[in-house]
Amino acid sequence: MDILKVKNLKKIYHTEKNEFLAVDNFSFNLKKGEFVAIVGPSGCGKSTILSILCGLDNPSSGEIKYDKTLKFGYMLQGDNLFEWRTIYKNCLLGLEIQNNLENKNYVNKLLKTYGLWEFKDTHPSHLSGGMRQRVSLIRTLATKPDILFLDEPFSALDYQTRLAVSDDVYKIIKKEGKSAIMVTHDISEAISMADKVIVLSNRPSTIKHIYDINLENKTTPIENRKDKNFAYYYDLIWKDIDYHV
Amino acid sequence: MSSEHKAYLKKLKRDKLLVKIVQILIITVILFTWQLAADKGWINTFISSSPKNIIKTIIKLYKDGSLFHHIWITFYEVIISFLLGTSLGLIIATILWRFSFLFKVVDPYLTILNSMPKVSLGPIIIIIAGASTKSIIIMALFISVIITIIDMHQAFKETNKNKIRLLKSFKASPSQIFFKLILPNNFNNLINTFKVNIGLVFIGVIMGEFLVSKAGVGYLIMYGSQVFNLNLVMTGIILLAIMASLMYYMIIFIDKKLKK
Repeated sequence: MDILKVKNLKKIYHTEKNEFLAVDNFSFNLKKGEFVAIVGPSGCGKSTILSILCGLDNPSSGEIKYDKTLKFGYMLQGDNLFEWRTIYKNCLLGLEIQNNLENKNYVNKLLKTYGLWEFKDTHPSHLSGGMRQRVSLIRTLATKPDILFLDEPFSALDYQTRLAVSDDVYKIIKKEGKSAIMVTHDISEAISMADKVIVLSNRPSTIKHIYDINLENKTTPIENRKDKNFAYYYDLIWKDIDYHV
Repeated sequence: MSSEHKAYLKKLKRDKLLVKIVQILIITVILFTWQLAADKGWINTFISSSPKNIIKTIIKLYKDGSLFHHIWITFYEVIISFLLGTSLGLIIATILWRFSFLFKVVDPYLTILNSMPKVSLGPIIIIIAGASTKSIIIMALFISVIITIIDMHQAFKETNKNKIRLLKSFKASPSQIFFKLILPNNFNNLINTFKVNIGLVFIGVIMGEFLVSKAGVGYLIMYGSQVFNLNLVMTGIILLAIMASLMYYMIIFIDKKLKK
């Protein structure tokens, strides 16, 4: 079942001197429980698409259809934790804003399940990068969103942490049964996590290809990287993206 | 604890003590030389006063009951103008942050008002508000409010855009963004503005007291200079120095209390 339908999305940015087309003719559907990754060369407008999809920005034309009762969660580049709040208070931020503190029990459960309970009264500066990223995910999950939007969520982390945290986050998202759309510039991250990869062209962003990722034995992102078909997809997508150095 | 660490701690303590000793030594030498020069007739005490004369003047003021009266008047004016100036500045800065159109409109006026010497408004303020404490407070308020608006608005505007986006993704209202992010995020800037303002307000109040006043430390200094009683002028200056440092420590104390 498609829970999000995007049709002919277009975004034009205006400055005093000129206008430029950032996104054109962008259409796709998201199924319930599906994990979609959007990849493309840097500066191609990936983040623009994501903020339009989750309603932080308006498209110049095109339509986005979804059931208005669906809730969205947005995870940005970097963790954006508030240093003056404790871990627990950071997790409650979204609930406070939506005046919905009954979901506290859910936050307690998430913190316990994902190994952060004992740190709940400390401040973010005491946590490692990976832990901070997990806190940021719990903050997003606390409002019980149906669709998660992830904007390069791991780009601030070093390589090892990045692998471990993406494994973590993937498991959490799957376990909580969420649908997700992730923007990334890392091809292997996209293949290892997503059910579907959308490859974008250089600006203006249009869709080059949409690949359904069929791995022989789909498990967790780190294991998926060892799959036989992994290299095949990597090669396809690499050739699609016009990297010019 | 290792012996190296003990030695390190000892050195730290000794350094701290040494700084204190030198500080006390400096002020003692200054006061001692000043008094010696006065006693030996190297300087004219009629113009330069002397530590002993200042103490005598303070005791005299204390005995006729006017010492704390003058201090209280000045202190009262400073506190009232500080509270008014800071809160008014903060409120206006918040409004300008919320309505960027308004900010664009008033921006050049703020810049002009800020660079203009506010003391030049003194005569107008006195004519409008009358020769009273009111004029002094308005003057001090004027000096602190403009810079508070400019500084706080700038700080509000520079708040991390991604954090604002995060709150917007939770569908936060502007007032929620302000109270959950902008204000706590700028806590240190706010304390700095407090520190600057207490100094500015002090300048404003003394300037005001020079122009119109019947009491206050500024009045003492002005009166002293008019009747050529330099003991009184010096006493006033010493009182101001003590008050300034007291108020500075008050802000530091509030800062520590709020940070807990």
